[in-house]
Amino acid sequence: MLIVGAGIIGSALAECCVRRGMSVRVVEAGIPAGATTAAGMGHLVVLDGSPAELALSDDGLRRWQARRAELPAAAEYRACGTLWLARNDAEMAEAERMRVRLAGRGLACRVVRAPELRRLEPELAPGLAGALLRPDEVVIYPPVASRWLLDEALRLGAGLLRGGAVQAVDEGAVALADGRTLRARNVVVAAGNATPDLVVGVPIKPRKGQLVVTERYPDYVRHQLVELGYVGATHGEVDAVAFNVQPRATGQLLIGSSRQYADRGTGVDWPLLRHMLRRAQEYLPRLGGLQGLRAWTGFRPATPDKLPLLGRVPGAARLWLAAGHEGLGITTALASAQLVADLLCGSDPAIDPSPYDPVRFGPFVTESDTLPAEVAA
Amino acid sequence: MSAELRTNIAVVGAGPAGLAAAHAALAQGADVTLIDDNPSPGGQIWRGTGLARGPNVKQARLLASTRVVAAPQAGSLLLESMNEGQVLRYRRLVVATGARERMLPFPGWTLPGVTGAGGLQALVKGGLDVRGQRAVLAGSGPLLLAAAAVLQQAGAQVVLIAEQVSAAALARFAWALRAYPDKLMQAVALRWSLRAVPYHSHAHVLEAVGDERVRGVRIQHGERIREIACDWLGVGFGLIPNTELPQALGCDVAHGAAVVDALVHTSVAGVYAPGEACGIGGVDKAQLEGRIAGLAAAGADDAARALVPRRAPQLRFASLLQKHFALRPELLQTLRPDTLICRCEDVSHAQLSQFDSSREAKLLTRCGMGACQARMCGPICADLYGWVVDGHRPPLQPARLATLMSEPSNHDRKGVQPS
Repeated sequence: MLIVGAGIIGSALAECCVRRGMSVRVVEAGIPAGATTAAGMGHLVVLDGSPAELALSDDGLRRWQARRAELPAAAEYRACGTLWLARNDAEMAEAERMRVRLAGRGLACRVVRAPELRRLEPELAPGLAGALLRPDEVVIYPPVASRWLLDEALRLGAGLLRGGAVQAVDEGAVALADGRTLRARNVVVAAGNATPDLVVGVPIKPRKGQLVVTERYPDYVRHQLVELGYVGATHGEVDAVAFNVQPRATGQLLIGSSRQYADRGTGVDWPLLRHMLRRAQEYLPRLGGLQGLRAWTGFRPATPDKLPLLGRVPGAARLWLAAGHEGLGITTALASAQLVADLLCGSDPAIDPSPYDPVRFGPFVTESDTLPAEVAA
Repeated sequence: MSAELRTNIAVVGAGPAGLAAAHAALAQGADVTLIDDNPSPGGQIWRGTGLARGPNVKQARLLASTRVVAAPQAGSLLLESMNEGQVLRYRRLVVATGARERMLPFPGWTLPGVTGAGGLQALVKGGLDVRGQRAVLAGSGPLLLAAAAVLQQAGAQVVLIAEQVSAAALARFAWALRAYPDKLMQAVALRWSLRAVPYHSHAHVLEAVGDERVRGVRIQHGERIREIACDWLGVGFGLIPNTELPQALGCDVAHGAAVVDALVHTSVAGVYAPGEACGIGGVDKAQLEGRIAGLAAAGADDAARALVPRRAPQLRFASLLQKHFALRPELLQTLRPDTLICRCEDVSHAQLSQFDSSREAKLLTRCGMGACQARMCGPICADLYGWVVDGHRPPLQPARLATLMSEPSNHDRKGVQPS
């Protein structure tokens, strides 16, 4: 099989498929793990915006946890846990509802009241009502984790074509910009934001985000801290910010988050950056005194229903999609890979694949006319 | 919360170029704000003595100990001082950000006591007591002599100056200097003041030796290798223009320097880049270009144009320096696998040499992700591995998050209105 894209989704899929004995080749136009995978936070988090989101992120987190010992140290795997912060009674009630939903799936979690929250995170604003603690959630450094998956795949016999800019894809075929055509039984497009360039009509749109990283302040915060409004803030089509701060293994803080829908420029949006930092300061009042080192932007491959596209291109037999994970691709990479690999092998996936089936948006157009007849596999 | 300043002409950098620009613009009656990250003007060369040695700029608003953190939008700079962040709005901008030392790695270069020649000079000017201590100056170019003279004057024992270019190249440079009698006289005077100091040409550092700090240096001198005991090793391999601000403003940069026209105007309207920022050439070039930029920014284009012919000899001098002090490739061949290249993130030569792009190396090793954002290791990696090093990300310098939250406001204006 051919996989287009060596981000964390393509790399996880390659590793998963080669372990099942498939012959795998990955085609990457740029740097493996160099696009969305490189820009994000690396928070392995269970989100329950919908039952399908919950099922996939839960499965993804469990698979990372199971492989913890295999990861290289540079992947900076740390089970620091997540605190979903509630400002008031209404948000505390939401924390309790979330606890019930997550506990129902057997996920460890408990509601933390204000005094305990102060002990857990002394830098947090005193006025917070409490939090939902998810003690076993994880932070990793995505580029290294992603490259580890790719290196595992290569070690087990997969191939990698670097600098392979893809012009078009079709049933079992990939046309490269240099004129060559690669053929395989199956082609999986795992190209993130570039996916709609190859499979026209795929409803993936880049959703811009900004992050700031600070100097090293070990133990300034100990958990990934997210405002409970975050899930709500990720919906809708308005530019928005939400408090989301992560302690890195280096002692640095990673500060997010923002969402922009129309901005396609890679530059920092200063008004939104100010807005994002002020939001963070509401939760961490002494934040202003810390030194910021770098700000950068990235683009999440977003879909209209916030679920990835995992499965066959509608109407196609040998052309597949594994794309559109928005901000959750690091968390779900291993789960998405298993699910697609199961579908490729014709076996039953561990979780119901139908919510992620691209057919919900189809049919799409492929560029079959542009494929040259000559074959060079 | 934050104040907003307004000015007609903002000058970033109070070294020779910035001071000359401010002075020229003030003489035209312009409203000028001068920004420098040091406590007092003078830049690296007139460190702290700028007002005494440079042109008089007392009428300018001086924002000392103030750093430019970002250029968030056209016509405004985000500044950070000791106490606060603020936004400065300008009509014209003179970027006189000067240069920094080029560093080349060699085994032992991270030992305490090993420093840039210019940095060592600055430490001594800043009061470091080096009386009776032994110093070696190594690398290339006139800065070695200037640093040696300062050290000697401060009571250090300069035990060796090791210049990497050959005696023949030095002789050709000296011969070419005859076209610049002032510079020739300076060089002769400097060399005379250092007549007691051993001076090797075609000599370069192989290794700095020491445990807790440097205690000696191994020098390749022609075919021979010598080890010389020292307490300080100052290395200078020339200078690199500071182009981070011009780049953040969107100015074209080529061959490591801001691209400017005859009036030192960059590719961005209203932005000038005099001095080392548009090409290394020394104090005379910087002052002349500063005057041109100041006049042009103040609208005195004819006066600025009248000075343009004087630039040509300065540019020729700059290319002479570049040509005669070109670094020999052997200088990059002293590395060992464990020699650190990125000092902020402790990344070694062995780790980096497996990559073929700076971006990939950065992602997987953190090279260049530290506080200096590859200011030091970026040019090194370009030389060593042939990488095109990624652009700088905001902020230009590490800044308090409170500063990044500073907002331009229409209230609480301290500055005068633009004319």
